[in-house]
Amino acid sequence: MRRFELVLPESVEACVKALAQGGGESRVIAGGTDLVPQMKNGVLKPARVIDLSGIPRLRAIEAGNGQGIRIGSAVTARTLELDRAVRGHYLALAESGALVGSVQVRNLATLGGNLCNAAPSADMAPPLLSLDAEAVITGPKGERRVPIAAFFTGVRRTVLAPDELLVELAVPNPGPRSGGNYVRHTPRRELDIAVVGVASQLTLGSNGVCTKARISLAAVAPVPLRATAAEQALEGQPVTPERIARAADLAVEAAKPISDQRGSADFRRHLVRVLTRRTLTTALARASA
Amino acid sequence: MAKQVLSCTVNDEPTETLVQPWDTLLDALRERMGLTGPKEGCGTGDCGACTVHFDGKPIASCLLLAMQARGHNVRTIEGLGKPGALHPVQEAFVKHGVPQCGFCIPGVVMAAAALLEENPRPTEEEIRYGIAGNLCRCTGYTKMLTAITEAAGAAAGRRS
Repeated sequence: MRRFELVLPESVEACVKALAQGGGESRVIAGGTDLVPQMKNGVLKPARVIDLSGIPRLRAIEAGNGQGIRIGSAVTARTLELDRAVRGHYLALAESGALVGSVQVRNLATLGGNLCNAAPSADMAPPLLSLDAEAVITGPKGERRVPIAAFFTGVRRTVLAPDELLVELAVPNPGPRSGGNYVRHTPRRELDIAVVGVASQLTLGSNGVCTKARISLAAVAPVPLRATAAEQALEGQPVTPERIARAADLAVEAAKPISDQRGSADFRRHLVRVLTRRTLTTALARASA
Repeated sequence: MAKQVLSCTVNDEPTETLVQPWDTLLDALRERMGLTGPKEGCGTGDCGACTVHFDGKPIASCLLLAMQARGHNVRTIEGLGKPGALHPVQEAFVKHGVPQCGFCIPGVVMAAAALLEENPRPTEEEIRYGIAGNLCRCTGYTKMLTAITEAAGAAAGRRS
């Protein structure tokens, strides 16, 4: 690894200050599971690395009074996988945490790292899109909140300025009679990257009518995206197998996949249809349970 | 750029070690502390040969910067058991002759020991999932499953 200066802040404020002094030459490190391999192979050569592991706020999960949950950006994938509060109302997010890497990687890899690395295939992005999460960002000018749908601006690009830090994700509680599911397709079961990932979240009224539908797709466009036409086809009526099939067709139209070594564009469109149907079916069962 | 002092607990001993900012925890363990049980296979978190326990949880020590271990508890294969008092996973690996070339074994043993700590009676599926991050180029997985299953029974017996 090329040499760098290592800064060890103990608060969000100290971290933001260190970022401001770096002049764009700094990189923050949390679990290191994306960053360290890129530094080892020379893709990234930061002059300064700022360690987030000593900042307690970034590791906190606050599930206050049922309104929603705030998840620190340095919370690990393994914690998302196992945390009772996350599993309780945000199961699709827990499922995405369980799919990342191996257990040795999940104990290091973080939610913020998965989002800020901004791979089109990022597993934690679709569940957060489907849960209407907001990114809480701190910089020299103070704090701002960005809907996760607006957080990604391109392949490996986000709205974060060089002197800004993703502090936490604020996720509203989807409420009772809501269920979600995240599923991805990978040729191997473990340590692989999604060919396509789909997260669905369905919320039902007391009469069984769908009051809110969310369908989010990974690895089918430069950024993770929502299939809004498919969502609208489900809202305002009971969810039936026919309507799920119709929504799956509409989700395919939202996808703009490329062909690469993981799969052809046609295969990805096929996967969007299949995984949308499966995740909606599971989300419906969970919402009805 | 000056070396930094890494203060952490390694195999139950509080230690202070001078490390470079760009040293990984694996570098510090192997090159600066002489603990060569954890191995560098891929160096990118894919193979699991560098698995150690970090506050009791299995991690890929090739991905963590050494200084990120400050204040934490690290356990390597050297601190898992002692001659005459091996960990049940080690006992079972010896009994069943699991190692072939042996390079992956410290990592597999540490992953399996962490799994049994969290889940003392894992199903075969859970064992497979628990060591999915450990690659064995000799493909000696079948004996690993047998040994870990047996170790789970022995560890559970020891607890009760």
